[in-house]
Amino acid sequence: MHATEALVEADRLMTLCNSCRYCEGLCAVFPAMEMRNSFADSDLNYLANLCHSCGACYIDCQFSPPHEFNINVPKTLARVRGESYAVYAWPGALSGLFARNGLAISIAVALSVTAFIYGFASAPAFSAPQSGAGAFYQIMSHNAMALLFGAAFLYAMLALTLSVRNFWRGIGGKAAPSDSSSVWEAFRDAASLRYLDGGGAGCLNAEDAPKDMRKHYHHATFYGFLLCFAATCIGTAYHYLLGREAPYPWYDLPVVLGTLGGIGLIVGPIGLLIAKARRAKILTEERQLGMDVGFTVMLLLTALTGLLLLILRQTSGMNALLALHLGVVFALFVTLPYGKFVHGIYRFAALVQYAQEQRAGGAPGLGLE
Amino acid sequence: MVDLTKTFDVIVVGGGNAALCAAISARRNGASVLVVEAAPKFYRGGNTRHTRNMRCAHDHATDTLTGPYPEEELWTDLLRVTEGHTNEELARHMIHESKEMLVWIAEQGVRFQPSLGGTLSLGRTNSFFLGGGRAMLNSLYATAESLGVEVLYEAPVVDLELDGATFRSATVQIRGERKRVRAAAMVAACGGFEANIDWLKEYWGAPAENFLIRGTPYNRGDVLKMLIDRGVEKIGDPTQCHAVAIDARAPKYDGGIITRLDCIVFGIVVNKHAQRFYDEGEDVWPKRYAIWGRLVAAQPDQIGYIIFDAPKMKLFMPSCFPAVEAPTLSDLAEKFGLNPTALNDTVAKFNAAVRPGTFDHTTLDDCRTEGLKPDKTHWAQRIDTPPFYGYPVRPGITFTYLSTKVNKQARMLMADGRETANMFAAGEIMSGNVLGRGYAAGIGMTIGSVFGRIAGREAALNARN
Repeated sequence: MHATEALVEADRLMTLCNSCRYCEGLCAVFPAMEMRNSFADSDLNYLANLCHSCGACYIDCQFSPPHEFNINVPKTLARVRGESYAVYAWPGALSGLFARNGLAISIAVALSVTAFIYGFASAPAFSAPQSGAGAFYQIMSHNAMALLFGAAFLYAMLALTLSVRNFWRGIGGKAAPSDSSSVWEAFRDAASLRYLDGGGAGCLNAEDAPKDMRKHYHHATFYGFLLCFAATCIGTAYHYLLGREAPYPWYDLPVVLGTLGGIGLIVGPIGLLIAKARRAKILTEERQLGMDVGFTVMLLLTALTGLLLLILRQTSGMNALLALHLGVVFALFVTLPYGKFVHGIYRFAALVQYAQEQRAGGAPGLGLE
Repeated sequence: MVDLTKTFDVIVVGGGNAALCAAISARRNGASVLVVEAAPKFYRGGNTRHTRNMRCAHDHATDTLTGPYPEEELWTDLLRVTEGHTNEELARHMIHESKEMLVWIAEQGVRFQPSLGGTLSLGRTNSFFLGGGRAMLNSLYATAESLGVEVLYEAPVVDLELDGATFRSATVQIRGERKRVRAAAMVAACGGFEANIDWLKEYWGAPAENFLIRGTPYNRGDVLKMLIDRGVEKIGDPTQCHAVAIDARAPKYDGGIITRLDCIVFGIVVNKHAQRFYDEGEDVWPKRYAIWGRLVAAQPDQIGYIIFDAPKMKLFMPSCFPAVEAPTLSDLAEKFGLNPTALNDTVAKFNAAVRPGTFDHTTLDDCRTEGLKPDKTHWAQRIDTPPFYGYPVRPGITFTYLSTKVNKQARMLMADGRETANMFAAGEIMSGNVLGRGYAAGIGMTIGSVFGRIAGREAALNARN
């Protein structure tokens, strides 16, 4: 009755957990589970995306391995979560990309960089160092760049929107989340990574003790990403609204935001990669390592090439660096809808659904002892 | 590597809540402490692994408690559940100390959460551990180890050397070798004997073979037996244990909380001959929860079957194993190996005896049978709507009452009335002093924490002198 082995196992676990409920204070997964008596694929996909993989329920569980009940919720839900990305992906024909994602990203990077270099090679001033306003665009015209990136960005947004709509409908979300306070609550929970915290006791990663730093690294990554995105938006506004052309001086907003964001996007992903490498094997879902590492490395490369470009923009290396940076950013964009990036969007949708459910209330009671 | 050649100030035997509270308390009072736990690391902590909350007196509501629970009220509750089988002086002392325990245990790293889900009725009286008993243990172990308490796993105590009322050494089995460990004081905090089937058989006979043990197989009571054999005074009825009816498909050991069944009131319970044997509607669950283990234990082969029909399925929480389902009572009987004719006959008689009433499972309603032996006095409704469901049940043993006698310092007393020189006890191994019968949610943890803390402190003081 379930589509995959992981879903069969998740159903078994949720049925057992629902008759225990000791973990209900740790995160959103267990209170959401308590509102259900049985677990269809859509329920399990929803619960899996609520899970932040903090690991507390594993080390707190009296029935985790080597106990014969063999309960390992973080790992099982990680597997279901990974599978759920492909289930709801738009267009369905591309859902296979998730599985080959590490490879897909490499190929996308390679092709993008090749395309940019090829484009630059035809530019007249390719070998001479460029400087002053508009210097970047002697290499590739701003309009060409905007068109290319605009198209890639719009495609990514479209694919993401339609995918998350599939997910939202799949998990039984209402036609539109009309309840703005639920959305706001989900927004706060996501922005603070409230559930990557073991219910306040902290998370586990490499060892039994809750000494995990993933939350901090994730904040650095996420807010770094937002700052870089803001830098890009402001730069675009400068160009089209104010008529000011890049590159901008170091103290100007796009550069300041981009630099700060870039630093976050270097520290965060490196921390996350180290944490992932050190994660206890019992909690690790190996099948998604390629996807996780692929996306994290892409973020890191984006920041590295961007900052290098900033430092070396007065030198002859600028041309090649710009091509590389743009190639990486382009590859990041086109692979967004079919990689780890979707975890944030799906998790946010699941948190909105959770906030709505909790407001509606009505969990069935359990007897005591 | 623990140096076993040195003499420790305090050796703590056991690895649960009481043992860790004793170890931390002794260490904080300046003692060097060794904890010897019989179980491997994963199974450390005995019954604490399966607990969820503790019942402490408090004068005001807190972040996690919805209202005050005065000492006097806790005392009244304890008196009621034990039917007077308690030592008032010790119990009142424990209850008084329990007020401070909520703060002290949190200082040792234990976290609480508000009661959620179906446990709201305990929200005022009981403090719930965030993540449950194993999470609580993890916190206590982390704190103990950071303080310098040394811990050995898979280290059962196989012998005790006593000189009259004075502890000299404990012999610990480690990786097949017997090691003698000396300490200036000893705290016994290693539980009861519920997992020791041979010992249970001394009182229950062959039926004990069919008991399921809800906790780990390491609760064997070996140290309890050694202490009693060496002249420590015992207290509590050795023949008694806390026994509930749990799913017969549960593992022999360590099925824990999730094997419990709370649907007895919604149907009938029959034995292997498909005959009813007790009033299933006597009182609201969980008040009569703990009698069904004993009732099933008295039936042939120590097995019973809860039988009900489709409309009742939604009235209670699902348990870890699915109910056995069948389109007819005969099919259900066959699935359980019961005589179909006998089951049909029992249900037909029951249905015919059901009087009209207004069903309300939240109160003692007026739905009852008339003319049956035994009658079902509440929530009696006809069992006639397919599909039919059933759960097989067996006695599930939670803990035993036999204990070592202690005073207010948690110091063990000898059978001749003397105080022991340097031996203390905490937790289930001395719970019979205050809980001689019955049970109230969370009281075992209160006994463990309060007497553990006292025992550790007193043992440290003792070692210093």
